[in-house]
Amino acid sequence: MAALLETRGLKAFYGPVQVLHGLDISVEEGGITALLGANGAGKTTALRALCAMIPSQGAIHFGGAAMKARRTEDIVRLGIAHVPDGRGTFVDLTVEENLRLGAYARSDRSAVAGDFARVYGYFPRLEERRRQQAGTLSGGEQQMLAISRALMLRPRLLLLDEPSFGLAPIIVKDIFRILRAINREDRVSMLIVEQNANLALDLADHAFLIETGRVAIGGPAEAIKSDDSVRRSYLGY
Amino acid sequence: MNALLHQIFSGLAMGGVYAILALALVMIYQATQLVNFAQGEMAMFSTYIAWELVDSGMPYWAAFALTIALSFIGGMAIERLVIRPFANAPVLTIVIVFIGLLLIFNSVAGWRYSYTIKTFDSPFPGRPWFGNKYMSAHESGAILVTFAVLALVYAFFRFTPLGLAMRAAAQNPVSSRLVGIRVGRMLAIGWGLAAAIGAVAGMMAAPVVYLDPNMMSGILLYAFAGAVLGGIDNPWGAALGGFMVGVFENLAGAYVVGPEIKLSVALVIIVGVLVVRPSGLFGRTLVTRV
Amino acid sequence: MESAIEKPSAIRVAPIEAAAPQRWRALAFGLFGVVALGLPFVASGYHLFQFSQVLIYAIALLGLNLLTGYNGQISLGHGAFYAIGGYASAILINKFGVPYGATIPVAGLVCFGAGFLFGLPALRLGGLYLALATFALAVATPQLLNFKGFDAWTGGSQGLQLGKPHAPLGLPLTPDQWLYFLCLAVAALMFWAAINLVRGRVGRAIVAIRDHPIAAETMGVNISFTKAMCFGISALYAGVAGALGSIVVGFVSPDSFGLFLSLSFLVGIVVGGLASISGVLFGALFIEFVPNYSDQLSDLFGESAKALPGAIYGALLIGLMYVAPTGVAGAIRTATALLTRLSQRTKRG
Repeated sequence: MAALLETRGLKAFYGPVQVLHGLDISVEEGGITALLGANGAGKTTALRALCAMIPSQGAIHFGGAAMKARRTEDIVRLGIAHVPDGRGTFVDLTVEENLRLGAYARSDRSAVAGDFARVYGYFPRLEERRRQQAGTLSGGEQQMLAISRALMLRPRLLLLDEPSFGLAPIIVKDIFRILRAINREDRVSMLIVEQNANLALDLADHAFLIETGRVAIGGPAEAIKSDDSVRRSYLGY
Repeated sequence: MNALLHQIFSGLAMGGVYAILALALVMIYQATQLVNFAQGEMAMFSTYIAWELVDSGMPYWAAFALTIALSFIGGMAIERLVIRPFANAPVLTIVIVFIGLLLIFNSVAGWRYSYTIKTFDSPFPGRPWFGNKYMSAHESGAILVTFAVLALVYAFFRFTPLGLAMRAAAQNPVSSRLVGIRVGRMLAIGWGLAAAIGAVAGMMAAPVVYLDPNMMSGILLYAFAGAVLGGIDNPWGAALGGFMVGVFENLAGAYVVGPEIKLSVALVIIVGVLVVRPSGLFGRTLVTRV
Repeated sequence: MESAIEKPSAIRVAPIEAAAPQRWRALAFGLFGVVALGLPFVASGYHLFQFSQVLIYAIALLGLNLLTGYNGQISLGHGAFYAIGGYASAILINKFGVPYGATIPVAGLVCFGAGFLFGLPALRLGGLYLALATFALAVATPQLLNFKGFDAWTGGSQGLQLGKPHAPLGLPLTPDQWLYFLCLAVAALMFWAAINLVRGRVGRAIVAIRDHPIAAETMGVNISFTKAMCFGISALYAGVAGALGSIVVGFVSPDSFGLFLSLSFLVGIVVGGLASISGVLFGALFIEFVPNYSDQLSDLFGESAKALPGAIYGALLIGLMYVAPTGVAGAIRTATALLTRLSQRTKRG
């Protein structure tokens, strides 16, 4: 299967400080890839670099072609939806307005209504609260909203930054179950950054372990999970 | 009693002008955290353009519409050309730039149209509507126009996709980019819109205060007072504040301090509100993160 | 040394310590002293009057620069304090027969009080709100000065007439020359005071508040007090300038104290260079002579040339913020630094 997303030698900078020193990662078409690693390793930075939220160098290929788009707004229109860390919800707007904004970049307006139905199907709680101000939702609900907003784009690739952060385990299980369903049913490829390696490796097909801005280990999720030495030295369990 | 009611209603008429201008100020404030000190002069310049169009024979409402359109484009151009280069500059720099704009608009108007006062005919001539004894025809018309503008702006932001995108871009530019909103473009449109409604304010004010390059500095002050009173980050609060200031200014001028120092009323309101309750009546309390 | 071409993302203001080598500064100062002292014997009555006005503006700009350049607080209303000083002095002379010399410190103190009181609540506000409040002050001032209720004191819209003082002690100076020396002496005193203030502990506290207010507070700087003091001192300077202005012109009226005056002050410190004491002189020269030349141009181009100063000011404000946020003084500083570096390099090479 051809890689949907591939980076070669990705370097990224926060001002004068270089955080990524040549990252080579990939996401298969229809697959789920996990980015694992300690705090400060550069996982979130990688996602930001992919969306041009910070300046970067190196080759990025999406859908077989080199990515020429230079600005976040244009990258979004290629079909890449980013669920940032901290959710990034529009807290002063209603749930429904948030979702509507998710579809802002789409040209096929007529299909949007159907996508509302699909998203409410995955997350019925959002439908209950659809006229509520997004800032009044609980943490778990905001995460659901963030994911749903990204889905409203009908993306080819979904980037998720620490979806489990700050959420109760039972909610996290729920969300990850739904992510798997989204991947299978709607064939949305995913790149997930997670601190919770166990959870991520259960979900993902493929995983990259990042250490100080470089890939330390990459391979099938199963292999990494079953390799005791890797688990102990890199993932701590 | 009659006199009091008359004062209140004419206060509402000018208050409408302040409300529109306050709305323009808040629109820009919400998107940029900046107060456009040049908003009054821009409105004045738009009013002169309307005057020139009418003077050259164009029917009033056609000139009205064309002026609004030109002001919209002008506002967008100013954002792109003058404000955009200073996007990351400190507050002091940008305030200085705004003052620069203020001076340029004021002097270009003085150069092109001279400093002699001109009359600007009201589009609502003649006898008071419905024979009422409290409002002149112009005052009734101005209030109507004000409400129409406020209603249209409200509907735009509440019900249209572009309005939603602009609200989002003002509240959270980072997330807005992540859904594909071109934040820069939203900013430019915001400036255009502010300039357009400022033009309406100027055109409603001119029949009352007469047309001269310095006509708007006092009105801008009242608009500031209204925006601060209502809450600088709440557009509808600011509009309401504008109406309140209009009535209050009139009553204070008629019964308390006399009409000659009405402007000091605005000064007192501004300083008073900022000291007692900086977020205004309807704004959000400001919190600084240490 | 910082380049004069700054990206508009930051105003890099000059450090407080002398930036150019001592030799240059001594030379420049000496030159300036010779010109300043010799001027009255070379320039005619009207030109001398203009230079007196330059000195007066320089004092006012010094005050504003202290507040805005060094302390980072924006004031768009310093014309109001200039007016208060001017009227205080005029009222004392005209209504109470106070000798004009004595009115200068009184005007300064009155304005210090007014500025301190205005600064106390104002310090709670961020830069933008202070700009708004001082803008309101500037716009409201002419109306207040015109107010019939204060007529008995202010002379209403007619203003107050003062006589032009003669040189004391029978000195062989014309009134214009005497007034010039008076302004020069007061200006020298005010500059000396400002330089000492800025170089000392208080000056560092003031700048610390501008750059890192929270850190300054944790280091024990009393922010409220310092900011209010700064406002008061800057108002004092404006008041002293205003008083001198009344004396030199011999007349006050509400028309001369409008919004344009306050904005001219802002232009003056921006052109001269924010947080630059020497730059203040360039700014003062600028705001005295530019409107003057425009007036002369209006004889040629008709009344519309009245608009010229405003247009020049506006374009300059925006242009300078883009190209040279450190103003003329900064540009000169950079030039001298460049020359110094060049001469050092040729010596070594």
